Amino acid sequence: MDQFNLEIISPEKSFLTKSDTEEVVIPAIEGYMGILKDHIPLISFLKPGIIDVKSKNEILNYYVDDGIVEFKDNTLSILTSNIFDLKEMDKNKVDKIVKDAEEDLKKENIKDHERYILDQKIEVLNSIKSN
Amino acid sequence: MPSLDDLRKRITSVKSTQKITKAMKMVAAAKLRKAQENAEKGRPYSEKMNNIILNLSAGVSDPQSAPKLLVGTGKEDVHLCVVLTSDRGLCGGFNSNIIKKAKNYFEKTQKEGKSLKIITVGSKGYDQLKRQYGNSIIENISFKESKNINYFDAAKVGNLIIEKFQNEEFDFCTIFFNKFKNVISQIPQAQQIIPLENENKDKDEKLDSSYEFEPDEDEILSNLLPKNISTQIFKAMLENSASEQGSRMTAMDNATRNAGDLVDKLTIQYNRSRQAAITKELIEIISGAESL
Repeated sequence: MDQFNLEIISPEKSFLTKSDTEEVVIPAIEGYMGILKDHIPLISFLKPGIIDVKSKNEILNYYVDDGIVEFKDNTLSILTSNIFDLKEMDKNKVDKIVKDAEEDLKKENIKDHERYILDQKIEVLNSIKSN
Repeated sequence: MPSLDDLRKRITSVKSTQKITKAMKMVAAAKLRKAQENAEKGRPYSEKMNNIILNLSAGVSDPQSAPKLLVGTGKEDVHLCVVLTSDRGLCGGFNSNIIKKAKNYFEKTQKEGKSLKIITVGSKGYDQLKRQYGNSIIENISFKESKNINYFDAAKVGNLIIEKFQNEEFDFCTIFFNKFKNVISQIPQAQQIIPLENENKDKDEKLDSSYEFEPDEDEILSNLLPKNISTQIFKAMLENSASEQGSRMTAMDNATRNAGDLVDKLTIQYNRSRQAAITKELIEIISGAESL
């Protein structure tokens, strides 16, 4: 399969760079989106969800909270402030994030949009836990 | 002429000062490496973010409907200046350089008859500005408690700025910080963040306007711009911390060397006066014996 570049950057450091990516599935704000080589230029946001990175030898899975995605010239850049490797996430950490999110949900003055994001977050995290 | 005892005391005190400055230099050097690494690692994020926004803003057709964070309020009356300095002293010209740059800007703005609002980040900046510009300082933030520079702190400052902008408290926003070039040179910088300045204005780059946006352009921009402000502040904080350590290292290196010179000078003086005392005693004994 054709390969393209992937870079995941967090404010503190460059989280991951790969040049042999074949397919990336990202949780874009309006639904999951698969990206292959020669996708048209794209800018979008992420909602809480799982990024799947498929390359020839391995499949990597990351959980993200939010972020910005840009695809241009066969380079996919993901800017995010909160990203974890699924393999390194332990149960306590997941539980804590879920708890925080649930607490935020209980606040009365949140907007519909935020409610949607938080619901998503809890759903995704719960599905991680059950696996 | 100081007595022998005084000289001895002086030498010991200079030596112990030298020990302190030497230790501080070594601590700064160790911290510098980490801070520099962080600053360099943080650059791609802010650059990428800027790029995306530039690509986006190039596609904005109607400046009327564009978000105000991008194009400004249309007025130029109130300037907000965010001065980022350190919380600790003994770092050479680090803080004074930022303050000097900021003061120049303040004077210029006030001459043009515009009003000024200042937010200081870091206590040293506040200390130096409060006498002259105390009335203009609207907020003084300090992150003394946080051990490392983190994005969370930067976002706090960013959100504060955005909140004030939305309340129409100012029209322009500029941040002041030191850009880390290398250990010996740090360049004070003024960067305008509201409205966003296009740094590559001169380059007549053809931009790819065939982006696919999801959701639509306006929504992306209005979401991205506030984030960008926090990101730019975070970048400034990272650069600042690397600069601070670099500046402190050079300053402490100089201080150690000066202390060494001073110890040498004092030792020579000490030895001379000791010798003089001995000679004097000898002469007294000899002339006493001769007179018998």
